[in-house]
Amino acid sequence: MTPREADLAELMRAANRGDADAYRRLLYGISPVLRGFARHVSLRYGLSVEDAEDIVQETLLAMHLKRHTWAENRPLLPWLRAIAHHKLVDHLRRAGRVRHVPIEELSDLLVAEPAAVLSSRLDAAAVIAKLKGRQRDVVVGISVNGKSARQVAEELQMSEGAVRVALHRALRSLSKAFRNDQS
Amino acid sequence: MKTDDLIEALVQDAFRPKVSSAQRVLGAILLSGLVAGTMFAFALGVRPDISSASETWRFVFKFALTLILMACAWWACLELARPEVRLRDVAGWVALAPALLAVAVLYELVAIPSAYWPERTVGNYAGTCLLAIPLLSIAPLVALLMALRTGAPRVPASAGAVAGLLAGGLSAALYATHCPDDSPLFVAVWYMLAVGLVALTGALLGHRILRW
Repeated sequence: MTPREADLAELMRAANRGDADAYRRLLYGISPVLRGFARHVSLRYGLSVEDAEDIVQETLLAMHLKRHTWAENRPLLPWLRAIAHHKLVDHLRRAGRVRHVPIEELSDLLVAEPAAVLSSRLDAAAVIAKLKGRQRDVVVGISVNGKSARQVAEELQMSEGAVRVALHRALRSLSKAFRNDQS
Repeated sequence: MKTDDLIEALVQDAFRPKVSSAQRVLGAILLSGLVAGTMFAFALGVRPDISSASETWRFVFKFALTLILMACAWWACLELARPEVRLRDVAGWVALAPALLAVAVLYELVAIPSAYWPERTVGNYAGTCLLAIPLLSIAPLVALLMALRTGAPRVPASAGAVAGLLAGGLSAALYATHCPDDSPLFVAVWYMLAVGLVALTGALLGHRILRW
């Protein structure tokens, strides 16, 4: 089922107002579509499905870290498409396939693919290991072990606020790690 | 890392910037404007005949032009911080000040005998202009680039260049109150060169600093 732009925009607006559930639905809703397009382009340029998954993750991460660059009175899909395109071209360039990827190709962003969860080649363990103590513990707790921020705060004897700050910093580090990844 | 795990982390990260891009840019301009203004006051200062100068159309136009450039570059900057905005979407704004300048140049060429064109173009203080505007723009450019780092410009170099236009415009506005060369012919050559230099620097720096 193709997510309609209006629904996605509504979810994003709700997410911006703090609705975590809406945000989760938005991200899960977008992922298969991103995956379909990332695979399509990756395979065309001789990259693997693992690379495609990297691109999906980079795009989701960028969307998240740059949420505030979407003006709520503007269409969401062009914004999404632009981020996906940016991360894709970045990835292609780093992988040595320097190409001009015309943005018109990406208007097929509405082609959905079944969700498939694959490990990306960016070695999560390596990146997480590079994070400093607290950031690492927080990311492992929330991301890998699926705990909530409050649970992690209790376990690590931190304030919930400190956990959130550490998580945010970890995500920014992850984004930078993707950018510098030379594989 | 599994994408689903990443999504969970994103959902848990409820961080939202407390200050918007627009506010950051405004803050950068105000603060760096103060710095540049102070530098200007110490090093150059306003021209002594400013009150009589402000009755001449050339002076008023020169000063107004720098403000118009600032306003247009400001708007273009904020727009270019969004990933879907292209340079051509803001080209009109960026081109407005140069277009007005071109009109003024034509008017001057018509109004003034050709014998006077060279001396008005070369002016008396071209060197000072070329030095002062870029130097004054250092603080504004750095401040703007820092402020724009939270953005997601489609082409970081373009965003950097427009930030350079804004920084250059601010410096030019300051310098214009000191500078005794008012002819649009002078402005078209030396001010444009100086501001262009700042824009180029902005592009080179932006290319690295504004990546995301």
